[in-house]
Amino acid sequence: MALLDIEGLSVRFKTSSGLFAAVEGVDINVDRGEVWSIVGESGSGKSVSMLATMGLLPWTAQVTADKMAFDGQDLQQLSSRQRRRIVGGEMSMIFQEPMSSLNPCFTVGTQIDEMIKQHLGGTRRERHERALDLLAQVGIPDPARRIKAYPHQMSGGMSQRVMIAMAISCNPRLLIADEPTTALDVTIQAQILELLLRLQEDTGMALILITHDMGVVAETAKHVVVQYAGRQVEKQDVKSLFANPRHPYTEALLSALPERAGDQDRLPTIPGVVPGQHDRPSGCLFNPRCRYATEHCREVEPVPAAGDPARTLCHYPLEDGISPSPAAAGVARDNPQSSPHREVRP
Amino acid sequence: MFKFFLIKLAQLVPTFIGVTIVAFAFIRLLPGDPILLMAGERGISAERYAQLESQMGFDRSLVVQYLDFLKGLLHGDLGNSLVTHAPVMDEFMSRFPATLELSLFALAFAVIIGLPAGVLAAVKRGKTLDHTIMGVSLTGYSMPIFWWGLLLIMLFSSTLGWTPVSGRISYMYFIEPVTGFMTIDSLIAGDWGAFLSALHYLILPSIVLGTIPLAVIARQTRSSMLEVLGEDYVRTARAKGLSNFRVIMVHTLRNALISVVTVIGLQVGLLLAGAILTETIFSWPGIGKWMIDAISRRDYPSVQGGLVLIAFIVMIVNLLVDLAYGVINPRIRH
Repeated sequence: MALLDIEGLSVRFKTSSGLFAAVEGVDINVDRGEVWSIVGESGSGKSVSMLATMGLLPWTAQVTADKMAFDGQDLQQLSSRQRRRIVGGEMSMIFQEPMSSLNPCFTVGTQIDEMIKQHLGGTRRERHERALDLLAQVGIPDPARRIKAYPHQMSGGMSQRVMIAMAISCNPRLLIADEPTTALDVTIQAQILELLLRLQEDTGMALILITHDMGVVAETAKHVVVQYAGRQVEKQDVKSLFANPRHPYTEALLSALPERAGDQDRLPTIPGVVPGQHDRPSGCLFNPRCRYATEHCREVEPVPAAGDPARTLCHYPLEDGISPSPAAAGVARDNPQSSPHREVRP
Repeated sequence: MFKFFLIKLAQLVPTFIGVTIVAFAFIRLLPGDPILLMAGERGISAERYAQLESQMGFDRSLVVQYLDFLKGLLHGDLGNSLVTHAPVMDEFMSRFPATLELSLFALAFAVIIGLPAGVLAAVKRGKTLDHTIMGVSLTGYSMPIFWWGLLLIMLFSSTLGWTPVSGRISYMYFIEPVTGFMTIDSLIAGDWGAFLSALHYLILPSIVLGTIPLAVIARQTRSSMLEVLGEDYVRTARAKGLSNFRVIMVHTLRNALISVVTVIGLQVGLLLAGAILTETIFSWPGIGKWMIDAISRRDYPSVQGGLVLIAFIVMIVNLLVDLAYGVINPRIRH
């Protein structure tokens, strides 16, 4: 039985112009101790699907799923009290903006203590000891002094370490990290990722890493979900994803990596932006930006082919880097993926 | 924290000097003459007028009069009332507790009802309860005090007979003034009947005086809460699996309070201004009624002294509000 088992997750927001489907048809099944990654550009619904899992979306959101279970417990059936026991305790989350994710009115120690008190209990002294341990564990120098610090007295990297300490304080079995390094300096980014992976290995918890950085995916994850405009377009283990991207969007993301661009003068980019609420195209959502799109793609919404383990949301899934689409013939010449440069590998 | 306090205190000095100028100039800008008013309809001879004028010091230049006023102020002497000849300070201090007692009860009423109402409206945003609370508070805010006071007197005092119409305490009781607070003095005297009577007399004026601050506090609390509810750290608090009550009352309200406390502090000035009307309606023997009388008699020392003292109190309250920020928000403290 998977630790986190989600099938057909959809999130719709009530807006002034009707319902907006921010996430549709996302499946994730994370086993104990696995590292997963969700990738996609901004606006792909990566965060929203995980916030929905945690039950952290505002009241304007309607969350539906065919299945949404944590360790066998149906999250949709639980009372809010039962759910709160899981959220924070067994399944915790860290966020993109560490500086604003900590409450400015309370010390770091108080905020960690509050979480331990909520889920583990123990005497004040035990909780204090545990908080000190946690701060040391996430690499904060001089924990005894830092525990009394207020969030505004710390840098972004330190704040994210505190968030991580808080998130792992109750020995969760699943940690969701929502772009944990986006707001940080490049040098700190690597440290935070290393820390997350080390903690994952030490504790054996499962980790879901939301990112838009394929480089991060290559370094960390075992399994990858690619999302585009709220749809899950592809799901593969990381090796085969990098070797054999099935969806043109995945291929385009990979080709934007400098390491894979080879000896081209310019780094390939994906033209255009993720469609928003009002400019969603008909047919396949990716068709305006897809180099292989045909008339068929513009008219008919794709469904994953039966028997496709990657559940690729495409009419013409790539086979060994070659698109069977009739439109592919024209672009094959300058297709960077067909070049032999593939330095980036997991 | 102490340095912060000293800086804030130093910043008050120029404000206070400005207040003394305004208070001094304001009453003299009004048409009318205290000596002519005292003389009444019979009029007064030119010699007698000049004699009185020099006796009161009004024949000197305005600058000299102002400096004299400042000099007295530094010694804690606000001069004597032209009408009663008693020191303005004594006149003020004997009436101020009545106003303060009324204002504190009005403020307590406003905060105790307004704060939870604002929190509730924010939590139930967009629902009927939210619209009801905001509608009622807008009505309260728009209501002229004198009209609202008269309406309540007509309903609760005249028609229903639940509350007294005017005064501070029933004529059945006499309480020796110690602090000047009727409620505290009656407790000191150990007279429960008097205490309850004092409370009884406070109800209606407190509601009338507290209505506008209540509306302001409720609206400010709501908008401040809504702003904070959208903050990342509130999401973090929910992600910790905390109860809804704790998320709202601890993580959200504490941050939302910063702007609410500012507004509460600003209400104190409004309360003292509102007290003038409320005290007139309920014959409440406080500084509001005293100031109105002093203005109509062109009692220069009383008016300028009273204004300076009221302004001083408002400034002190604002200083306390500044200090309260530091307590609520550690970012300001450090």
